[in-house]
Amino acid sequence: MHLFGVFSIFIILLLITGIYCMLVSFNLIRVIIGFEILVKAATLLIILAGYVCGRTALAQAIVITLIVIEIVVMVVAGGVALWAFRHNKNIDPRSLGNLKG
Amino acid sequence: MIINLILLFGLILAALWTVMTVRLIRSIVGLALTSAILSVVMYRLHSPLAAVFELSVCSGLISVIFVTTVSFTQRMSKEDLLIRRKERFLKYWYLPIILIVTGLLLSRYLLTPQFTLIALEPVKGVDVRNLLWNTRHLDLFGQVVMLLAGALGVVVLFKESKK
Amino acid sequence: MLSLFILAPLVLLFVLNLPINFIGKLAFWLAGVLFFSQVLLVLLHSVFAWSAYPDFLNSFFIFNLYIDNLTRVMFLTIGIVALVSLIVAQGTIVQERQKFNFVNLLLICVIGMNAIVLVRDVFSLYVFIEITSVASFILIALERNKSAIEGTFKYLILSAIATVFMLTAMAFFLLAAGDLSFAAIHSAFYNPGASSILKLAAGLFLCGLFIKSGVAPFHGWVPDAYSAAPACVSVLLAGITTKVAGVYVLLRLFGSVFILSPAFANILLFAGAFSIVLAALAALTQDDFKRMLAYSSISQIGYIILALGCGTPLAFAGAVFHFFNHAIFKSLLFVNAAALEKQSGTTDMNKLAGVGSKLPVTGFTSLIGMLSTAGIPPLSGFWSKLIIIIALFSAGKFVYAGIALLASVLTLAYFLSFQRRVFFCKPVLAESTLSTLGNAGRTTFGLRFCEVSLCIITVVAGILIVFIHNNGILPLRGIFW
Repeated sequence: MHLFGVFSIFIILLLITGIYCMLVSFNLIRVIIGFEILVKAATLLIILAGYVCGRTALAQAIVITLIVIEIVVMVVAGGVALWAFRHNKNIDPRSLGNLKG
Repeated sequence: MIINLILLFGLILAALWTVMTVRLIRSIVGLALTSAILSVVMYRLHSPLAAVFELSVCSGLISVIFVTTVSFTQRMSKEDLLIRRKERFLKYWYLPIILIVTGLLLSRYLLTPQFTLIALEPVKGVDVRNLLWNTRHLDLFGQVVMLLAGALGVVVLFKESKK
Repeated sequence: MLSLFILAPLVLLFVLNLPINFIGKLAFWLAGVLFFSQVLLVLLHSVFAWSAYPDFLNSFFIFNLYIDNLTRVMFLTIGIVALVSLIVAQGTIVQERQKFNFVNLLLICVIGMNAIVLVRDVFSLYVFIEITSVASFILIALERNKSAIEGTFKYLILSAIATVFMLTAMAFFLLAAGDLSFAAIHSAFYNPGASSILKLAAGLFLCGLFIKSGVAPFHGWVPDAYSAAPACVSVLLAGITTKVAGVYVLLRLFGSVFILSPAFANILLFAGAFSIVLAALAALTQDDFKRMLAYSSISQIGYIILALGCGTPLAFAGAVFHFFNHAIFKSLLFVNAAALEKQSGTTDMNKLAGVGSKLPVTGFTSLIGMLSTAGIPPLSGFWSKLIIIIALFSAGKFVYAGIALLASVLTLAYFLSFQRRVFFCKPVLAESTLSTLGNAGRTTFGLRFCEVSLCIITVVAGILIVFIHNNGILPLRGIFW
């Protein structure tokens, strides 16, 4: 069985899991966890692409920088979720529905 | 190949447990476990430095940050918990079925031998450390600026307002 | 010398955060000097010939930064809008601590945007797009009120989805081209075995960039984020941040890196036309002034995407000129919104009826800004729209040119209804309330200065069109391969 095919099936499954978690969740923290799973799937795809075409060095350099960026985005998202909790007294994404039109 | 398959199945199962478990703390632990298995998969794909980074940062640091953020919020009350459990079960039991069906469909299409790829010449003798520190200075500069932005974000967003 | 554009704001950021007492109060002036010098460096580049200076910083850092005419236009736009946003912040933010945080975050945003327009590598581009986006998230949530948190969260989630699209596209670029620089990807397009994977990758990247720039149907976050942000942040977002992190990247990639096949051209044309019409129709029904301006922004970005999809060098030059014009007149309109909000505390157009009698400068400049948006001669907006429509006609896309023309009528409609409701009708509020409003918060000198200077730029850019055409537009055509 071809390596790229097997890995890409699992990457697509991981993407579906992440999207499902982001869409269907009662808790803003779970939305952030879903985003983390999506980014892990993308990281695995980059490493796999680097392995298949022989450029593991460039792929690793990309992944190292990417992990740092994702931490900062996640910390800012956590901060925003915390303030949403302080305003609404619950961390339900359905209560963030005020601005309409 | 067998080891890769076992690791990938473990990855999907860990991610599934992370998404479907009821308590938030178990979800965060599940995320750390997913990162650990992903790190081993990356090591098997000849990327040891990225694997170490992923293990120490995503498995360790992110879990600490998540638990800190969650500790600022408070637990749900008992009635809310019971209602949530019922709603959650109704919404989440689709997920494993979707995953299994998609996996079977994709394996029929993607595992046929006609799925070929471009063969590029592998670049010999390039080390990650050389590449990162000698040619990709702009990315390192970007990391520094990003961390400064994160620090400013923590200062702006995590402070209690004096009311 | 080029690395100074990204190192100087960083040095200023460190200097401002030193534990010396009086530096915090000088934050506004130091940052203002930095942005003004950026504008001067671009305008006087022929006089100083600064690109020819030997780069002694190159011995320490090897940044692969390149400059061309498109980058110069972007520097000018970034400098002007950042300066305007800084002056508006000085006029509207009250607390000292918040003002200091704003200046710090504005410096990080400017580092990100300057670097986006200077790099020639897809992954570095992604890194600086993320830096700009994170700085914008924190800026929108600066005052931490309820609607701002909601706007930030929607922007965050959609930006995260765009991130995943772009990362997946980058993995496929690595697979097909072996290196992520623009030159390598461009030469990989000519390789016949790699073209299907590259087209898939370019399509995924395009989806990510559509979300980031606020093109319909991915525009859900734009009205919420623009209307809920504080006034100075709205000026920055609408004028430059969304456009550099989204539309400039589209212009650069589809102009010089990806080959514009008919499939991509059709997608761009359709998305552009859909944005123009949908956003113009939605702006007609708005009650809140800033939301209406947000939908108008989506509509004007649709014009730029439509011109990019056309595929000819003249259309590309028209798109860049419209980019510059839109930054100027949209910033002007958001500064007017800031003045109105400071004066009366609300942005609801029903409540603002008749307030315009107290604010003559705001009324006049908003009229000029709106006429420029709708495309009335001899203002600058007319010329850029004319170039786009002429380019569409000469490329044979008559339906799209017709849509662009008709949408100008819609633009005029919603703006005239705003003018009639706010500035030129009888006051709805009681006379006593109006007089207390008039004394409560006068428009400061800073806001009036911004409005007048942006208005002057719009009018002058329109009248001196021949000069701009020879020096600004014709050299841009060479960038489009």
